[in-house]
Amino acid sequence: MNRVLAERPLEGAASENDPALRASRARQRRGRWLAHGILLLGVLIFALPIWITLVGSSHDVNTIGRGEVPLWFGSHAIDNYIAAWERGGSAVRNTRAVPAGTMLWNSAVMATLIAAGKIAISILSAYAVVFFSFPGRMAFFWMIFITLMLPVEVRIIPTFQVVVDLNLTDSMAGLVIPVIASATATLLFRQFFLTIPDEYVEAAKIDGAGPLRFFWDVVLPLSRTNIAALFVILFIYGWNQYLWPLLIITDTSLETVVVGLSKMIGRGDAQNEWNAIMATAILALLPPVAVVILMQRWFVKGLTETEK
Amino acid sequence: MRKNVIFRGKLLPLLLLSPQLAITIVFFFWPAGQAIWSSLLREDAFGLSRQFVGLENFAEVLADPTWRGAAGNTAIFAFSVAILAISAALLLAVQADKSIRGSGAYKTLLIWPYAVAPAIAAVLWLFLFHPQIGLIGRALNAAQIAWDYRLNGGQAMLLVIIASAWKQVSYNFIFFLAGLQSIPRSVLEAAAIDGARPMRRFWTVVFPLLSPTTFFLLTVNLVYAFFDTFGVIHALTQGGPAKATETLIYKVYVDGVENLNLGASAAQSVILMAIVIAMTAVQFRFIERKVHY
Repeated sequence: MNRVLAERPLEGAASENDPALRASRARQRRGRWLAHGILLLGVLIFALPIWITLVGSSHDVNTIGRGEVPLWFGSHAIDNYIAAWERGGSAVRNTRAVPAGTMLWNSAVMATLIAAGKIAISILSAYAVVFFSFPGRMAFFWMIFITLMLPVEVRIIPTFQVVVDLNLTDSMAGLVIPVIASATATLLFRQFFLTIPDEYVEAAKIDGAGPLRFFWDVVLPLSRTNIAALFVILFIYGWNQYLWPLLIITDTSLETVVVGLSKMIGRGDAQNEWNAIMATAILALLPPVAVVILMQRWFVKGLTETEK
Repeated sequence: MRKNVIFRGKLLPLLLLSPQLAITIVFFFWPAGQAIWSSLLREDAFGLSRQFVGLENFAEVLADPTWRGAAGNTAIFAFSVAILAISAALLLAVQADKSIRGSGAYKTLLIWPYAVAPAIAAVLWLFLFHPQIGLIGRALNAAQIAWDYRLNGGQAMLLVIIASAWKQVSYNFIFFLAGLQSIPRSVLEAAAIDGARPMRRFWTVVFPLLSPTTFFLLTVNLVYAFFDTFGVIHALTQGGPAKATETLIYKVYVDGVENLNLGASAAQSVILMAIVIAMTAVQFRFIERKVHY
């Protein structure tokens, strides 16, 4: 109490009498307003396309087709989402429509399997590389590492040929297996395993625990946060797959929602069923966006640590 | 690189490695080898015989004006996306790093576009810029500016750049924010005491300290623009109008999948592989400096 009283006049004296300090305070305040202004503008630009899509998905097809772009919600939201979910929207030249419900299910299964598969095979190979010494260890490690340089886009045709030869086209296995090798995840686990103290391994050996038991009882529990962070990133990666599903899926019952949405639009004619298409777009972006927002901490950790 | 205390055994580690190795060999090395091999071959018109032609496919690809056009498009596209996404993210990150009210909420509201698939980002911007149903597209036409990205190549390019950059800003934002937060406060305070104004402080102190992050992001953004934006172009313009938005990766797809010109497509793939390897090498050369952050 005394201290506060004693300090107050001092502070007041400084801020009232020192023009430099006052100028600097005013500058700080201006800086804060500017920061709010720029950030708000950024948030609005980010949100604008989503807002238009969300609003558009609540109007009937004719309102959008006539080009009367609404800025506020209409009354057809429920009808549109039910129609999109059960029947699907379609481009005019493309009469076959796939229900969004089916496509979302396919995307969810594909994304989950890709994320889980990548984590499972990466954690096993990182464990082998870090905790064992065997001939060819480094050669194998480099083999995995080099795959970073071979994205699917640069080996489209021959990879497609392999999948055809293995009879995996138009199957969930064909969607998932060719993309679940992961150099990024292996590198991350390897880096993390190197920080596990040697004493842990010694203690395990003294207790008579073998490598598999050590993996299961010590390494796996320690890796929990890394696994969670990776899962968030890899789920989004899996959900957003485009070129690969486009190539190997012709059976509409296996269509994924990102590819399906782009097929609905076709060449973008004004006569498309835009209301159902907009509803599908919202449904298609909701799951990965929700994952990012709900698991923000893990997402940021995963992103900053797995960057290739 | 290696631990001092390890487990013994040779079979078990190989067994643990085998799933990853099997997939890597079957779906990475074998197809990449096939791409290199078939880039050296030529099939006759009926697909009956294949002939070894050496580097002829490469010479043909490099001399092909449509390939050169695609290479030019890719350069314009990739650098525009990278510069736009990096500068917007830097501006936002510097503001969000200030101690202001609600900075947590701003961060959440600025990172979600990362989760949107490139193809869906394209569709969202189509809803805005469609000449008949889009808010901005209609406004432009009403203002006597003839806007139709389906007919005008420049406008199509602009639209794919905006959609691709929009999605990438979040990624850059997260990395810039991490970079900014790791700059010691004492450095900034020292500059402030020396009387440097905020703008000057930024360009002389903050920006140089961020340069490793910026450089890292530049390579990541270029790789993104090269490869991950296939969905944007496929969903929005299909490379058109008149090949104005056909990038190298899109051309590989068109020649290989739609035109079934396997030799030329394979040669293009190999050229792209060389580009990825060069970019990854550059990125790893500088990664040491980056991780000290």
